[in-house]
Amino acid sequence: MWRFIGIRLLQAIPVILAVITVTFFLVRVAPGGPFSAEKAVLPEVKAALEAQYRLDLPLFQQYTAYLGDLAQGEFGPSFKYPGRSVNELIGAGLPVTAELGFYALLVAVIIGGLAGVIAALKPNTRQDYIPMTVAMIGICMPSFLLGPLLVLIFGIYLDWLPVSGWGDIPGDKILPAITLGSAYAAYIARLSRAGMLEVMSQDYIRTARAKGLPEWQVVVKHGLRGGLIPVVTFLGPAFAGLLAGSFVVETIFQIPGLGRFYVQAAFNRDYTMILGTTVFLSTLIVLFNLLSDILAAWMNPRLRAQFGEQ
Amino acid sequence: MTTEIITDIADAEQGSSLWHDAWLRLRKNRLALAGGIILVGFSLIALLTPWIAPYAYDAQNLELGASPPSAQHWLGTDIFGRDLLTQIMYGGRVSLAVGFVATSVALLIGVTWGAIAGYVGGKVDAVMMRLVDILYALPFMIFIVLLMVVFGRNILLLFLAIGAVEWLTMARIMRGQVQQLRQQEFVEAAISLGLPPRTIIRRHLIPNALGPIIVYTTLTIPSVMLLEAFLSFLGLGIQPPQTSWGLLISYGAETMEEFPWLLIFPGLALTITLFSLNFLGDGLRDALDVRRSKD
Amino acid sequence: MSLLEVKDLAVSFVTRMGTNKAVDGISFTVDTGKITAIIGESGSGKSVACYSMLGLVPMPPGRIDGGTALFEGQDLLQMSEAQLREIRGRDVAMIFQDPMTCLNPFMTIGKQLMEPLLYHQQVSKEQARARAIELLDEVGIRDPESTFENYPHQFSGGMRQRVMIAMALINEPKLLIADEPTTALDVTIQAQILKLIANLQTKRDIGVIFISHDLAVVADIADQIVVMQQGKIVEGGDSEHIFHHAEHPYTRKLLAAIPADSKAPMPNEPDTLIEVRKLCTWFDQGRNKEPVKAVNDVSFDIRRGEVLGLVGESGSGKSTIGRSILRLVPVTSGSVNFDGTDVTTLQGNGLKTFRRRMQMIFQDPFASLNPRMTVFDTLAEPLLLHGIENSKSVASGVLKLMDDVGLARNFVRKYPHEFSGGQRQRIAIGRALATRPEFIVADEPVSALDVTIQAQILDLMQDLGKEYGLTMLFVSHDLAVVRHLADRILVLYKGEIVEQGSGEDLFERPQQDYTRQLLSSIPGRALLE
Repeated sequence: MWRFIGIRLLQAIPVILAVITVTFFLVRVAPGGPFSAEKAVLPEVKAALEAQYRLDLPLFQQYTAYLGDLAQGEFGPSFKYPGRSVNELIGAGLPVTAELGFYALLVAVIIGGLAGVIAALKPNTRQDYIPMTVAMIGICMPSFLLGPLLVLIFGIYLDWLPVSGWGDIPGDKILPAITLGSAYAAYIARLSRAGMLEVMSQDYIRTARAKGLPEWQVVVKHGLRGGLIPVVTFLGPAFAGLLAGSFVVETIFQIPGLGRFYVQAAFNRDYTMILGTTVFLSTLIVLFNLLSDILAAWMNPRLRAQFGEQ
Repeated sequence: MTTEIITDIADAEQGSSLWHDAWLRLRKNRLALAGGIILVGFSLIALLTPWIAPYAYDAQNLELGASPPSAQHWLGTDIFGRDLLTQIMYGGRVSLAVGFVATSVALLIGVTWGAIAGYVGGKVDAVMMRLVDILYALPFMIFIVLLMVVFGRNILLLFLAIGAVEWLTMARIMRGQVQQLRQQEFVEAAISLGLPPRTIIRRHLIPNALGPIIVYTTLTIPSVMLLEAFLSFLGLGIQPPQTSWGLLISYGAETMEEFPWLLIFPGLALTITLFSLNFLGDGLRDALDVRRSKD
Repeated sequence: MSLLEVKDLAVSFVTRMGTNKAVDGISFTVDTGKITAIIGESGSGKSVACYSMLGLVPMPPGRIDGGTALFEGQDLLQMSEAQLREIRGRDVAMIFQDPMTCLNPFMTIGKQLMEPLLYHQQVSKEQARARAIELLDEVGIRDPESTFENYPHQFSGGMRQRVMIAMALINEPKLLIADEPTTALDVTIQAQILKLIANLQTKRDIGVIFISHDLAVVADIADQIVVMQQGKIVEGGDSEHIFHHAEHPYTRKLLAAIPADSKAPMPNEPDTLIEVRKLCTWFDQGRNKEPVKAVNDVSFDIRRGEVLGLVGESGSGKSTIGRSILRLVPVTSGSVNFDGTDVTTLQGNGLKTFRRRMQMIFQDPFASLNPRMTVFDTLAEPLLLHGIENSKSVASGVLKLMDDVGLARNFVRKYPHEFSGGQRQRIAIGRALATRPEFIVADEPVSALDVTIQAQILDLMQDLGKEYGLTMLFVSHDLAVVRHLADRILVLYKGEIVEQGSGEDLFERPQQDYTRQLLSSIPGRALLE
């Protein structure tokens, strides 16, 4: 197992390096300089600014210098908010986004997993059709549509829940978490249904029944583990999706998280901010993919044995 | 079945091909069929929009402003007094085009890549699929946002960027299919008959790999359309004066308190299309499932 | 009173296509201390009958239409699901066909073994563990203490079946239902498992239902035999009666399908068609790993017009030899001389001409035909490719082939999935014959078929072999079949030839230990003599 983790970690390094490199050069070749928006800057001021942001150095030296900064955990200063660094913005935004993402993932895994398993136990009955139709709606209702609709219904017409903010008024975390999590709840419901259906038709389930175990024990002890492996594998991509989704959800609900910073930075052409956030988020995603892969491998004894331990 | 000895092939009883069986199964699936019909309808409307749209695309009526659905404007008007139905029809052209074109890009690259890797095998396969693995690990969603920021909001770039993400899965599916088929005994039989490789690919591999590709293509279109709408909502996708469903939803969300129809109708158009594509895809998957043969 | 008395049991499946009577009023008994074998081909209802009594057939689509199944005087069919659960795994235990898939791959075998004990009886974990280890030892698992925490994939097929047996016996059941428990195993392993089941049954004095498609397998162990066909029992009685005084034509057909004779040796020594010299076919396992030596330094001759049998267990490399000769897998070294030409060096057009002269018949008739091509397309393809027929005459050529392999001409425009396994194998044979080959590799051509169909296909192959003047390499794991068909036999073990000789030599005077072991493992040997 440790060998497996080691190999996967090693494989992640070139990916992260590729992300950094591509992002860095993309941002640098972008048309329009960072200060083009501000009119008529004095040449001396401009030179000073460029020196501050190392823009006066040759491109490749900028790159190596940036790598050096990254190695020390420095993501660089912000163009837009002078005096503030990307690290500070990440420090402010990350806890909020992480909390939002955690709740959304909780919604997705619990509701989605439960719905999928329940549907799989009685395929092609009402117990299957109803949750699966709801799941299909979830997939076809993207967050940027569901969010405004939820706000309209529960925030404005019914006036039950607050429509914006994060941690200011009690209950203001409910709508964003549901908005962000629902699509993934739907995916997980479909995945876990398919996985459980597959597993419950296996011969070893028949063996478990032949032992005389009650049905709930057959499902929980013998079915769940194999049936939920696809869900665990999906958690990595789901995490990436949740991060991207947070761009939209944080914008809709005016939540001061990383996602909204990122979108603002994109509009402001705040290049260092984009660069730093992209590198940071990408690294997170790569690591999360790694984590879900490791978890899925650990759940499968055959894979576990394949990588050491013999 | 007749017992007399036939002497001409044409006299023999016509068998039922797997495609035909699949069609019979699909026809029984009402949801999938409805999805298919709606899609054909929407596509026709999108094609004919310039001729059948009730108003001109840029016709404004600032005096009227935003008005709820009425006899003149079936789905109401936006704050500039533009007819919403017309807007949705033109937006649909863009949304559907992005869906189909970007998926075609993905299909072309992915199928070719996967087929070559799967058929050639060995080191070529290892290198090609390793590249796919690496690209897979990249956080593409974020990259696309970045691309749109850096290079401006260019529709052609949007096609390419989305297509470039989606081809990866297509390549994996195609490779898996080809590899699995290559090991099938009927392909070995074709080799031992002395058939040249291109005949084997054309007659024995492609027709059998087509099912899963069709299904996955159908399911890729909605995810591509979602991606476009997502970017347009953020203001990073389609730009005015062009419009798309994602952009219309974004405008609608801004003014939904006063003018909810501006959010609801474009949202409905997108949701119905996605629904149709997903149900059709699911139906095709069930219908084309070769394992579920007659016995 | 019998342990189990089944009377007029009827089970059907209700689907949208209609109602299918899977079990149609069958009656049989199982006595304590006896083995009752239920014999039938696929779809005969033999498994459904046993599963339905224990509530293991999902209802719907399954439905019990009537009858009684008295287990120690209590009717199983009238019991609630909860009552059946009490009986399953405690009084009645089961073992299944495929030990690869019947154990939970995510759970250690120790946990799986203890499960029925912990659920049905009030014992502590320590007691359960001690009992489980005791049983593992009894069924012949070496060092059960240390393998207790292992997962199923760490065991071989035979060992897994032993674990299954231990699991079934852990609650000391009164009745054991064994559903094709040896079908997925190699012949030598099969012999060991059969012996184990018989021993355990005698020692514990329990009743056993042994479900099988193969009369020969149960010949040595069954006390009672029930023969099923299409949901009905056609004949039943003690095994002496079935084997020696069978009355029903179907039973006789099954018996006749067991190939018993040796083929007479060829009269004169014809010339050699194929010379295989120092053939090696290795498969790379990736970096830093020893290649798999599937075929290792093998030399032999095939004479013109003979049927050469190639016998071995799984992993012996027997299929790879056939594929190497036909250039379907890359050969590592050595030569294959076909009528004076070394085929391992052929390329391009030379290879194509040569392919016409050698063809192959495959094991799985479901996989060996392109599912999207009609019989016509499948048979016409080789005819047109090699210019045997032109576009005008191809239709009559195809029909002629269909006549030869015994397929109704009316089926010519049908697709593979519309045929049964035996019919599909006929199509595959027709395709192989289409190029008018001199040499055919038949790779386990009947092992995926029902017993009575097997006999038909073997007869067909023999007839066509004579008619077309074929030389054949017949690859099989089944010694009895090979003996029946082959002029000479090669015995293969781990990629190397162990022994060769005529069928009679090999069977009467085996020289090598491995050959002897193989021969003694043939099920129902008593039946053959």
